[in-house]
Amino acid sequence: MRNPLRSEGEAFRFLGVAIVAALLIIVAALANVWAGVAVAVVAFAGVAWWLMHDPVPGVAEPAPPLVSGTPPGQRRVLVVAAPGTSSVTVPDGAEVVVVVPALSSRVEALTGAVDDRRGDAEQTAAELGAKLPGARVEVGADDPALAVEDALRVFGADEVLVAGDDGMLEAIRDRVAIPVSRA
Amino acid sequence: MTAYSHVEAFPQGEHEHHGPPEPHYSSRIMPATLGMYLFIASEIMLFGAFFTAYFFVRIVNGTPWPTPPFHLPVFVATVNTLILLTSSATMHWATVSIKRGNVWGMRAGLLLTFLMGTAFLISQIFEYMRAGFNTGDGAFPTIFFCLTGLHGCHVFIGLTILLFMTIRAFRGHFSAEHHHGVEIGGIYWHFVDVMWIVVFTTVYVL
Repeated sequence: MRNPLRSEGEAFRFLGVAIVAALLIIVAALANVWAGVAVAVVAFAGVAWWLMHDPVPGVAEPAPPLVSGTPPGQRRVLVVAAPGTSSVTVPDGAEVVVVVPALSSRVEALTGAVDDRRGDAEQTAAELGAKLPGARVEVGADDPALAVEDALRVFGADEVLVAGDDGMLEAIRDRVAIPVSRA
Repeated sequence: MTAYSHVEAFPQGEHEHHGPPEPHYSSRIMPATLGMYLFIASEIMLFGAFFTAYFFVRIVNGTPWPTPPFHLPVFVATVNTLILLTSSATMHWATVSIKRGNVWGMRAGLLLTFLMGTAFLISQIFEYMRAGFNTGDGAFPTIFFCLTGLHGCHVFIGLTILLFMTIRAFRGHFSAEHHHGVEIGGIYWHFVDVMWIVVFTTVYVL
């Protein structure tokens, strides 16, 4: 859904839509009250449909190519480990960042009751951090694909290794352009 | 082929690591965006409560609108509406100007917006003084003053924001690259205008 108040320009455009809708409702209502009601219903439905279907700016544009600052011969690996993972396999000599997504149910995510899930993720992150000296270990978003996106913004990995189930692997593979494989 | 090493579990001993760092913000929704959504939701509920009272009084209760012998100053309100809508155009002009690096265009736009917003508010105060009815005169005046007054409060807040924006603009705080303060204030001002369209249509015209 497009946020009509995303920017000043869009808010101004939304104001124009509101003016047109109000004029239509007023004209119809002055002719007949029920016609005004009908136009109001159609206008509100139309605006809602427009906001739902109007493309969000920038979504269709291809993502800018990432330029790796890694020295030649150095690999940068992003590992995604589900909470509860006791060990992960990483390439020798690689610069490694491990992200543990704070996996939570849809209800927990919507209500913000994710403290326990985040606690699980922090515990796993602490354990993995102890086993991977030199690696950076972080807790990520509740959605694994989003956790990977967040991590890639600050860590230009050459590949992603996933220590999780097939659903997590496919979700991440669908979201990012770099190679994704199982850890 | 790439060499891999398998790291097995081992007891955690003395270690300099003191737990994982703070998590990144999820890219699903930024805190600023979430704040804006929550603000809009709260505004919808606030105005919704007053509009519920309006529709209850007018439709369910069947109270004549305006209740005789009172009259609504529709002409003054229409002129006021035109002033407010024009102020949105000048606000947009200010934003477009600063995005193009036209600092004086932004300053002129903000100043005009502030003056027109002030004119709207002063005109509304005079409208209240000459309305000929007060909140104790029944359901119609109560709802009228509540709805228009609630919007007037929003205009006052918008004017306060605009005042600071204008002062900052004349002190050279904004540029083509950095004009977030103008952008956010503009969004709020347009939102206030959208709400006025709804208030004007329901209270004065229909």
